Amino acid sequence: MPFVPHTEEDVRAMLSAIGVDSIEALFDEIPAELRSKGLTEVPQGESEMAVARLLRERAAEDERGLCFAGAGAYEHHIPAAVWEVATRGEYYSAYTPYQAEASQGTLQLLYEYQTMMASLTAMDVSNASLYDGASALAEAILMAVRANRKAKSKRVLIPRTVHPAYRKVAQTIVRHQGIILEELDYDMAGGHIDPASLPTEPGDFVALVIPQPNFFGVIEEVDSLTDWAHQHKALVIAVVNPVSLALLTPPGEWGEIGADIACGDGQSLGVPLASGGPYFGFMCCRQAYVRQMPGRIIGRTTDLDGKEGFALTLQAREQHIRRSKATSNICTNQGLLVTAATIHMALLGPAGLQRVAESCHANTLQLLAKLKAVPGISKVFKRPGFHEAVLQFDLPVGDVLRALSAQGIVGGVALQEDYPELGNALLICATETKTEADLDSYVDNLQRISTRLQAARCPVEPKMA
Amino acid sequence: MSKVPSELRYTKTHEWVRKNDDGSLTVGVTEHAQELLGDLVFVDVPESGSSFGKGEDCAVVESVKAASDVYSPVSGEVIEANENLTDSPELINQDAFGDGWVFKIKPADESEFDGLMSADEYSAHVAAEAH
Repeated sequence: MPFVPHTEEDVRAMLSAIGVDSIEALFDEIPAELRSKGLTEVPQGESEMAVARLLRERAAEDERGLCFAGAGAYEHHIPAAVWEVATRGEYYSAYTPYQAEASQGTLQLLYEYQTMMASLTAMDVSNASLYDGASALAEAILMAVRANRKAKSKRVLIPRTVHPAYRKVAQTIVRHQGIILEELDYDMAGGHIDPASLPTEPGDFVALVIPQPNFFGVIEEVDSLTDWAHQHKALVIAVVNPVSLALLTPPGEWGEIGADIACGDGQSLGVPLASGGPYFGFMCCRQAYVRQMPGRIIGRTTDLDGKEGFALTLQAREQHIRRSKATSNICTNQGLLVTAATIHMALLGPAGLQRVAESCHANTLQLLAKLKAVPGISKVFKRPGFHEAVLQFDLPVGDVLRALSAQGIVGGVALQEDYPELGNALLICATETKTEADLDSYVDNLQRISTRLQAARCPVEPKMA
Repeated sequence: MSKVPSELRYTKTHEWVRKNDDGSLTVGVTEHAQELLGDLVFVDVPESGSSFGKGEDCAVVESVKAASDVYSPVSGEVIEANENLTDSPELINQDAFGDGWVFKIKPADESEFDGLMSADEYSAHVAAEAH
């Protein structure tokens, strides 16, 4: 058993040295009712061959399908070179640089990653990544509370156009620290936060969260929102899709002085869809707030001989030095995924990333144009979007999605649960991976399914003689 | 043994306190503390107008390998912070009892100042800590 370093003899020697009979006795302080009962439901072990076969069969049950779902996780083409390079032996290392300065290659890669993210968001600094987009938002909120010394309250305004899962995760993480997340409702016609609807006297608040594009795929009026928040001495936390930044104004240039913190999920930069993860979160900020930033930051420096080298920097923010007062004791980084993202961005380059973004936008516009021909389906929001849109059906969305699934199509994400006011609403997405034939297949299937379901719902009245 | 000016008062957590003519108190970190910390790279000074209780952490001094809190020696309201430290944290290394002062506080209870350690008591405290 190479992974269990202690022999029976070692264990006995250690126990007798501390005068305890058994390992079990070390845990007797924990009340019996709190102890886990063991994994009684787990069956006996199987051979490697049997397990491999079982897992292959299970994996095959996950139909790949033609995917029109987005909602925070997006299907993009990943050049074959990305994971070929990312999984080379030279990149095998701990997920976070523990023996930091001995891992110059890892540090250099993270430094390149930070440079790319800072450039993409037009912010001053980036950290070396976080766990995922939702926890990055939670960390950004905690950071804003620390950074905004002018605010007396711990109120953070968060629009309902922010991803519902992000809002739930943020709430879970910040609620025990006296932070109040106050929701802002959206404009039902535009699907965005209407700057005109913002209160003229909002009272003291720490920060405003601004999603761009928002959860509905709609473009928010980020300049007015940013300036409004800054007028009220609040910070601006941008939650952005990194691919969209190849087309849209980056957070660092929003309004008069730009957003203060930018965060989001990096999955769309070279990480394949995988049943919810692992993905990675990113966070960038203004230089003035860097000491409040959580996570690792890599800096470039010169050694005693004048040679270029890389080092962990501003470590006094981190838990190995600041202990309980660290900027975060729950954050992590995602070394492997960031390695892939850095290679992905390097291969695409700024022009390539822009082509991807343009292609996503064009495909979504084309899909929406084709859907106009289908009766009973309408686009809900008037405002322009990036690569997602909300459709409204005159049929239950669950039935439509089941019927599409039977045809091998992942039709989108139903919004009923989080946005009941939108009725039979479906969030759809068409990235650059979709061909015109794919779009036609989606539209044709929707047309057929819609007609059939309508017919089933309104049976033709028998004509009376 | 580092310098411990006799006209100042001290805390166990290595702050020094000077009583000003207007009744306000100037607070800094001692020569001994800055020697322990080494070269300072950043000082996070308190916001003017903010209030702190006695013993509450109100500033942070950060050196290349460590960061330490500065605790308010008395309760009161900060009336001024040494903004020069933002660009020149080394002022604390160069002149801990002078240009390296951290903030001025208006005490809520004047008797708290009298309860602080004298130079002799602080020197004894430092000597005891060394053992």
